[in-house]
Amino acid sequence: MKKVGGRFALLALVVVLSVVFFLPSYKPLYQALPDWARKILPDKGITLGLDLQGGIHMVMEVDEDRAVEIAVERSVNSLQDLLVDKKLPAESVKRTAANQVTIQFANAELKSQIQKLLDEYPTFFEVDAAGSANSLVWELRETEIKRIKDSAINQALETIRNRIDQFGVSEPLVQRQGLKQIVVQLPGVKEPKRAKDLIKETALLEFKMLDEDNQMKMDFPARIPKEKEAEVLAQFQGKVPEGDQILFEHQIDKDTGREFRTPYLVKKRVMLTGDVLSDARVSIGEFNDPYVSITFDGKGGREFERITGENIKKRMAVVLDNTIYSAPVIQDRISGGRAQITGTFSTQEANDLAIVLRAGALPAPLKIIQDLTVGPSLGQDSIDQGVKSTLIAGLLVVVFMMVYYRLSGVIADFALLLNLLCLLGALSALNATLTLPGIAGIVLTIGMGVDSNVLIFERIREELRAGKAVRLAVDGGYDKALLTIIDAHVTTLITGVALFLFGTGPIKGFAVTLCLGIAINLFTAFVGTKVVFDLLNQGKKVDTLSI
Amino acid sequence: MLEILGKTNFDFMGKRKIAFIFSGIMVLFGLIALVQISRGAANLGIDFAGGTAVQLKFDQAIRIEEARKALESNGLSNAELQEFGQDNKLLVRIKASTTIEEKTAERVMAVFSKEFPNNKFVVDASTEIGPTIGKKLQEDALIAIVISFAGIIMYIAARFELRFGVAAALATFHDVLAVLGAFYLLDKEITLLVVTALLTLAGYSLTDTVVVFDRIRENLRIRRRDSEESMINNAVNQVLSRTIVTSLTVVLVLIPLTLAGGEVLHDFSLALLSGVIFGTYSSVFVASPLLLLWPGASGRMMKRN
Repeated sequence: MKKVGGRFALLALVVVLSVVFFLPSYKPLYQALPDWARKILPDKGITLGLDLQGGIHMVMEVDEDRAVEIAVERSVNSLQDLLVDKKLPAESVKRTAANQVTIQFANAELKSQIQKLLDEYPTFFEVDAAGSANSLVWELRETEIKRIKDSAINQALETIRNRIDQFGVSEPLVQRQGLKQIVVQLPGVKEPKRAKDLIKETALLEFKMLDEDNQMKMDFPARIPKEKEAEVLAQFQGKVPEGDQILFEHQIDKDTGREFRTPYLVKKRVMLTGDVLSDARVSIGEFNDPYVSITFDGKGGREFERITGENIKKRMAVVLDNTIYSAPVIQDRISGGRAQITGTFSTQEANDLAIVLRAGALPAPLKIIQDLTVGPSLGQDSIDQGVKSTLIAGLLVVVFMMVYYRLSGVIADFALLLNLLCLLGALSALNATLTLPGIAGIVLTIGMGVDSNVLIFERIREELRAGKAVRLAVDGGYDKALLTIIDAHVTTLITGVALFLFGTGPIKGFAVTLCLGIAINLFTAFVGTKVVFDLLNQGKKVDTLSI
Repeated sequence: MLEILGKTNFDFMGKRKIAFIFSGIMVLFGLIALVQISRGAANLGIDFAGGTAVQLKFDQAIRIEEARKALESNGLSNAELQEFGQDNKLLVRIKASTTIEEKTAERVMAVFSKEFPNNKFVVDASTEIGPTIGKKLQEDALIAIVISFAGIIMYIAARFELRFGVAAALATFHDVLAVLGAFYLLDKEITLLVVTALLTLAGYSLTDTVVVFDRIRENLRIRRRDSEESMINNAVNQVLSRTIVTSLTVVLVLIPLTLAGGEVLHDFSLALLSGVIFGTYSSVFVASPLLLLWPGASGRMMKRN
């Protein structure tokens, strides 16, 4: 006589555990529970994938080479200042290759004095062969290039994290992938475009002086439509004086909403950058137009005071990512470390600008190499369709099994429910992510799961036809089907594991449900149904079996 | 006892010539598809090829010709359009090989809001995949395929003697190639999900084959006097109803998934559905007769242990 008590206890335990783990995944019920119950229960369940709850999945690459160029350009700027300070009249200091600075001077006697300045730039070394009597060539060291590239991605990660925190997304994911990629996942974002702009913006804030001495000679058009930008650049190409560049101020006509550009001749030299900011906030001006007020840190404030003091009555451009926001005339020396960024923007745009300024600039531009965005409505549609097809599929199988195998079919249906319950419990316990293909995996588990019982039942029928008694036929059927079923499951599991290892996002979700479903099926088909048959056979001798 | 089929005695082995011809043609199409994919000439999904897909949901019905005209007049002539009738949904796909420009998704949205100002839409989903990611996904898919097949063949080899292992592996290739060939003929997109379906199929289609082979092995031990051909035929007939019922339960779940599972899962379920049907056919008409092709096997007794 086989004991069924132990196995029933095991089944009951599995059911209770599955329910306990699954509860947090079903929010309406979980929320309705009293506090003490929620304290005991696990607090995390199944997470919905981005394809089901909507959101953004982006993979970006930091333009590392550009980060090196930017670092070299900064050194060029500071070297220019240093040369002025030391009263060494160099003709030009320029970045001549990605990692190279060339300094030219008319007076060959200056060479040794300028060479000494290299002590202040330990990350550079002099390339003797490339220089001449009137020029010096400095190059960035390999170790420094590596450091810059490495810190570029870390800095980008940090900056993006800061921005997203301030944007306000629940459970965002920002992480490094491989050497130079950054993965950003924002589940449930309502305004994907805004979030993407916020992440992508380099947000390099610079203060530069207009070149007003040459401004008149250039004869710029006053205001051009946005599309004509390239035309203007081409028209004045070659006429731009050394050390200057053309930048455009962006304007929006408030009545028509059309965008315009105003070209300016701006000195390339950066007076001050946004990394000396300590805060940026949105304020509303007297005509109800929003602007961003910025606060410099101590050093930045003193610098700003000096620069404004030296340039009274001149125009200074506020440049963000090579776009001029405004170019006001400096009326007076500005002390107190505060300034304003005005321009034609909406409150929301001003708000986003304040966020990126607070969070800091990206070390280099980002290139988006993968962008999957799912709107919230599609996510809900997918859930509805997934649930609907799961229910129909389940119903079809349950009815078929009842019709074809009668009472035994009902037992198989019971095992099927057990299989689904355990699957949901296991997914919850692992905090797995459920994706749309994952739902398909659950549906497949229904269809493949009952196969085990079909194979067992067909074996039992065979034993019965051979004239065996019910109890022997049942035992024989289970024994003989076991190996076949394991063989069949293992081959499916092999592909499932391969898909899990090499699949991305949604596919991984499919692999997880499929593998778990198949593995659990072995338990429910053999322990779950067998215990019921044993129970039927336990009491008086059974002569016939409804199968 | 309700039975789909009672005791049967079909001569499956006798039909093997016809079956081999049919299967050969299907496999041929599958191989052509494989060559075309590796040449980059097949209809690869944007997850492999790189590109942009935007799915828009309009307030009112939109005519696909008008949509195409609007896109063409705005310089997006290489867009593929697909509509999902009942919800006024439109899927716009642009492959990367034909456009290098960034922000294609935004351009598509701009075109529709400019050309159809009175028909508002929401963006259901947008996907942009750079060529490097596409390459990476191709490689990953290839590795997954190789590992799955190697794993399956090794497992079969360990569980069955060589002849069975080879026949089962060939039958599995047959099923996957037949579905791939069918998708190629129907000009369906080969996406990451379709590849996933094909791999799942490779694992699942073995179920039927294993059931038949187990029975053949079992019969080898009992019946010593029959010819090999009739013995295999008997085994197939004996397990025929369970072969059909196990497939039927999977078909029963795949039909609602194909019809009501939504556009994302449609091709995935269709690949699985056709694969399960091919798999059932192949376990009877391909895998088992292949055993007879083994050198020196025909008409003779096989090794019994």
